[in-house]
Amino acid sequence: MNIFIYALIFWILAWAFNEWYVRLNIRLALFQQLRNILVPVLFGAALLALWEGATRGFNVPTILLPPPSMIWERIISSAHILWADFRQTFMKAALIGFILGCGSGFLVAIAVDRSPFLQKGLLPIGNFVSALPIIGVAPIMVMWFGFDWPSKAAVVIIMTFFPMLVNTVSGLAASGSMERDLMRTYASSYWQTLFKLRLPAAAPFIFNALKINSTLAMIGAIVAEFFGTPIVGMGFRISTEVGRMNVDMVWAEIAVAALAGSVFYGVIVLIERAVTFWHPSVRNRATV
Amino acid sequence: MLAGSRSLPLLTVIAAIIAVWYLAAVWLNSPWQLDRYEKAGVDWSFSQLVDDTLDQKRPVLPAAHQVIEEIWKTTVLKRITSKRSLVYHTWITLSATMLGFIFGTLLGVFLAVLIVHNRAVDKSMMPWVIASQTIPILAIAPMIIVVLNAVGISGLLPKAFISTYLSFFPVVVGMVKGLRSPDASQLDLMRTYNASNQQMFWKLRWPSSMPYLFTSLKVAVAISLVGAIVGELPTGAVAGLGARLLAGSYYGQTIQIWSALFAAAALAATLVMLVGLVDRMVMKRMGFVSGREG
Repeated sequence: MNIFIYALIFWILAWAFNEWYVRLNIRLALFQQLRNILVPVLFGAALLALWEGATRGFNVPTILLPPPSMIWERIISSAHILWADFRQTFMKAALIGFILGCGSGFLVAIAVDRSPFLQKGLLPIGNFVSALPIIGVAPIMVMWFGFDWPSKAAVVIIMTFFPMLVNTVSGLAASGSMERDLMRTYASSYWQTLFKLRLPAAAPFIFNALKINSTLAMIGAIVAEFFGTPIVGMGFRISTEVGRMNVDMVWAEIAVAALAGSVFYGVIVLIERAVTFWHPSVRNRATV
Repeated sequence: MLAGSRSLPLLTVIAAIIAVWYLAAVWLNSPWQLDRYEKAGVDWSFSQLVDDTLDQKRPVLPAAHQVIEEIWKTTVLKRITSKRSLVYHTWITLSATMLGFIFGTLLGVFLAVLIVHNRAVDKSMMPWVIASQTIPILAIAPMIIVVLNAVGISGLLPKAFISTYLSFFPVVVGMVKGLRSPDASQLDLMRTYNASNQQMFWKLRWPSSMPYLFTSLKVAVAISLVGAIVGELPTGAVAGLGARLLAGSYYGQTIQIWSALFAAAALAATLVMLVGLVDRMVMKRMGFVSGREG
């Protein structure tokens, strides 16, 4: 009980500090940047403290919710298993599927771009399929491509293909007619216009699709493993350890997945900022 | 004229997809069929091969008419209460989806209001709301189900919980954008009227957030269906579309998998369309430009 009260006090203090801190009005770029990092970190730390305090203070059964410290111990002690699962699920299934799915979506969008007829036919279908629970094809893919990672990569390819297709097609239409006319007065060829004007203009859309797809790839790779897998992989580990009630191992696996997902997303955001430095949403961020 | 110029390409692409489907079905199913012929020692013609590959009991890829036939058999010809009826399983999934969708929407709107009105919440919570979605929450689904089962909560609620978690995110992001969408000049005008915070919210922020809300709701309802389906996987294939998928994959019943998949697709399309319909009705009553594309 005492532990919980300490955690609660810490949480309230952190909250009060945040309230005070965001009200400080110092117009200094460094200060503002520091604040944007420190405030959420403190919030997260307070949440972890509350979690730890609540589970220890109220003696919550560890099967229901293990305290963060226990999960951390588990991550340290079974790092090699986590690494093997990570390699199987992330580096093979998710990453390869992501690259192939996004790549083919992109290429098909470029191919379709020259034919308005195909565009009109494919876009509604692409939009429709994006709303479908595509994850359901997982059992079929496992049946076709076997238990190992190719079947998971296939699921990821199908999941990531359509968002990429739809976004790239609408991105290619994003450049203004004035700019395109200008390119025509320069007597530039189709490909020159594509590479020098339309693809850069489409970049924000393409990166939007990449961001959506990065989370979809993780989900697809993990959930597809619920339908049959060799004895390694994050989805496999989660479903078996749940069965054995080793909830701390499951949480360790989730922590790894969360970290991998966040880093994956973060890398794409960094690349986006470097590539689309001209876009208002990036420029504003730099000045504020 | 406009409708005609749109539907022709669409129909062409759909026809192409169906054609590819049938070719693939013949091609993928023929090895097994040829093997059968060889064992039985019969001579076979090409047309017979095509006929047989499209009429297997457990094909690698069932043909479209087989799937439609199975859907017809399990929806119209079965009693709705029967455990083999697809309507029954769809209903189970739909109820979890709707419950999760409603909770998710309420939670999302609540968080968005909090974020818009409190700077500390905005600065400290928004990064975590975004981070929460980089976690593949669907991966946690089996644990949530099994653990809640162990404490005695089973059935609808755990599945709805997963749907809630998935669907609150698009609503938060969309609503924060929407509640912040009024211009500075509009806010200033409200201030010159001496409007209170509450009046400002109900008369300006809330109405102007509606288009954003409905865009998010379309994403949210689709994703909460995915959550409900995945939530049904670890309970050991009891009921629901997810359970049909899992049972089908255990016993190699490909036709059953495909029919469940089609039911899920139809359900998703219907739900998104319904949200779109409500969207258009609300927009019309609020006097937004009519004839917006859904």
